[in-house]
Amino acid sequence: MLSKILKKANKVQYANFATAKYRLAKDIPAGVETQHMNLFQAVNNALDIALQTDKTACLFGEDVKFGGVFRCSLGLNEKYGTDRVFNTPLCEQGIAAFGIGLATNGVTAIAEIQFGDYIFPAFDQIVNEAAKYRFRSGNQFDCGSLTIRTTWGAVGHGALYHSQSPEAYFAHTPGLKVVIPRDPIQCKGLLLASIRDKNPVIFFEPKALYRNAEADVPVMDYELDLHVADVIQEGTDITLIAWGTQVRVIQEAAKLAKEKLGVSCEVIDLQTIYPYDIDTLQKSVNKTGRCIISHEAPITCGVGSELAANIQEKCFLRLESPVKRVCGFDTPFPLVHEPIYLPDKWRVFDAIKKSVNY
Amino acid sequence: MIKNFRQVCRFALYQSALKTNSFQNLSKRAFCYVKHHKTFNDNEEIYTHQLSAASQPDTIPTFRVIDLQGSVLAPQYENIPDEILNKIFDTMVQVEEIDTILNMTQRQGKISFYMPSFGEQATTVGVGAALEFEDLVFPQYREQGTIIYRGYTVRDMLNQCIGNIHDLGKGRQMPVHYGSKALNFVTVSSPLTTQVPQASGAGYGYRLRGENKVAATYFGEGAASEGDWHAALNFAATLSCQTLFLCRNNKYAISTPVVDQYRGDGIAGKSIGYGIKTYRVDGNDALAVYHTVKEARNYIVTNKAPAFIEFMTYRIGDHSTSDHSVMYRTEDEISSWKSTNNPITRLGLYLKKSGRRVFDEAKDKEVRAAIKKDIIAALKEANEQKLPAWNTLFEDVYDQLTPNLKEQKEELRQHLNEYGEHYNLQKFASN
Repeated sequence: MLSKILKKANKVQYANFATAKYRLAKDIPAGVETQHMNLFQAVNNALDIALQTDKTACLFGEDVKFGGVFRCSLGLNEKYGTDRVFNTPLCEQGIAAFGIGLATNGVTAIAEIQFGDYIFPAFDQIVNEAAKYRFRSGNQFDCGSLTIRTTWGAVGHGALYHSQSPEAYFAHTPGLKVVIPRDPIQCKGLLLASIRDKNPVIFFEPKALYRNAEADVPVMDYELDLHVADVIQEGTDITLIAWGTQVRVIQEAAKLAKEKLGVSCEVIDLQTIYPYDIDTLQKSVNKTGRCIISHEAPITCGVGSELAANIQEKCFLRLESPVKRVCGFDTPFPLVHEPIYLPDKWRVFDAIKKSVNY
Repeated sequence: MIKNFRQVCRFALYQSALKTNSFQNLSKRAFCYVKHHKTFNDNEEIYTHQLSAASQPDTIPTFRVIDLQGSVLAPQYENIPDEILNKIFDTMVQVEEIDTILNMTQRQGKISFYMPSFGEQATTVGVGAALEFEDLVFPQYREQGTIIYRGYTVRDMLNQCIGNIHDLGKGRQMPVHYGSKALNFVTVSSPLTTQVPQASGAGYGYRLRGENKVAATYFGEGAASEGDWHAALNFAATLSCQTLFLCRNNKYAISTPVVDQYRGDGIAGKSIGYGIKTYRVDGNDALAVYHTVKEARNYIVTNKAPAFIEFMTYRIGDHSTSDHSVMYRTEDEISSWKSTNNPITRLGLYLKKSGRRVFDEAKDKEVRAAIKKDIIAALKEANEQKLPAWNTLFEDVYDQLTPNLKEQKEELRQHLNEYGEHYNLQKFASN
């Protein structure tokens, strides 16, 4: 089934399409041709388009050539050749640096780090080099055509080193953009926008959704705006903010809150973690007067802290209860205790209840 | 690996594409991914029934063309055009003068920091002469000889060291962090060795586009202990990158002597282990440096594979103006190199002995005096310039100002409006 879909997708000549740019997925007009894809197929489809529409684009990393351990690069080596879709030695700092060098030399570099948990050996190259390249050279040199894709988030049994959500480490780094999609439609549009953005982007793919999130994804070449938060569900009583897999959790909590408490939640997917869309968040919280931020990563110095502080500063007079963060605990990510570590819908529901009763 | 006729055809097509660089025109079928196939073969390894550890291979010899007195040891390598050889010598003298004066200038507090390249001029200037101008250089920081050979002026250097409005880097980095897009010299950054695997990537870009250029990257022998160095060589070898690795082995990383840095046969000994074409050369012999770089460069563009050169030299000066090197090495050691194996003296002796240049002591003094005068004038000019306007702080973090940066810029504008008197704003250019 999967290979059939891919084969069919591979037949499409994307170069015939001009890139369509939309602010949000909901702005894509109805009636465009779509194909049912899961998240890894949407990634594959975006990469296929990126490689086809940009003859200088390269895709590389550990085990990318045979299709990738999550199947994201399936068929691309066959289609574009080993010079453009290739394996690297097993070395994350090398992968990031190699990508920076390619980008400095005018090549569109799409690097894969197999798990977000293993991005730390490349931390120096990403933070000290990629992020600062343009600034430190006075815009003489840049590595803006670099995108680093990596997997992200809990997966049920990943324990310490196959579950991490490292976005906060990178959101503290001026010069980088950090993007996390929630479903196949967002994933394709945001990934294409990230690849074509003129700044280095870290694109985290929620691995729990690779096979679990499915949607009818437009076949065409389209991009979604970076820096735009998506209001998925409008509401009047409280604002819920999350990204990646956690968006589903807050959506479920919003449903529970409606059913059990009659509370109307506004659900927002942040999408671009940095630089983030404070205007949309501010507008929402000024309307609802209450706010909950939820993420899988540990609470202390997580991205939630940044959002809470900024919302507090911008919406002080409208806030009717404290901004609450429902996050992972300040422990390493556990194996058997994953179900009680994760900020699940009941913990978010409880926070909603306490917030509206404050 | 190749199993049937169809795959043989594809492989042949792929090979011909490699040779002609005509990937763009080639049918995609030629690239079909073939599963790796290599069955067990007992002859693949050489087995022994003697249990013993592998022994160290012989020490790699150091290539030398002229001796310490400037006499020719290998006449076949004298064939460098007079014009280039003279430019090499002149540039080496110029670099020495610039280093001397800027080192002093830092001591007088007129610039905040400096790093001289005393003793390593033959290496860096020789490389500058032997590379093609279009080759992209990824420097460490002690390679002013290369960028000066390419045309970076003492004014460019001082503008950068002071960080004024004429600095191409917009006053953002510490002194000696030079960079010039026009001169194909990537901007220096402080983290050691990060540039080395980047040069592997850039060298891959040249092969991908079928360009006969190389990405050349410098690093010291200390930097070769960083993890990035290992990444760089392994990537360049396995991915066939058009990358030239240039190691300045000057015996010290700040205070750390090479005996505390490695125990193998220098850095060249490690490079061979990665399957990279490796050369070791007398870094104080400009003729040997020039020919080695030419040959290595030629190897790279012909074979679409990386090459490595270890330059054996000595850091005569302090590590930087924040270092006092007699704390960890003797005056005697330094002066033994300075007096008996000085790259400028050696080349000068050769030029004199070979009759390729007529030296006139009085004229040489004049030349050095003129360089000195020019540097002092340039320093004065550079110091008189304004520093970049305050709002440029927010530029080039991204290609465009992001919303948070716009907000912060506005916040600073309002603050300076009210408290500007506390910030010496007249030093900065107006927006």
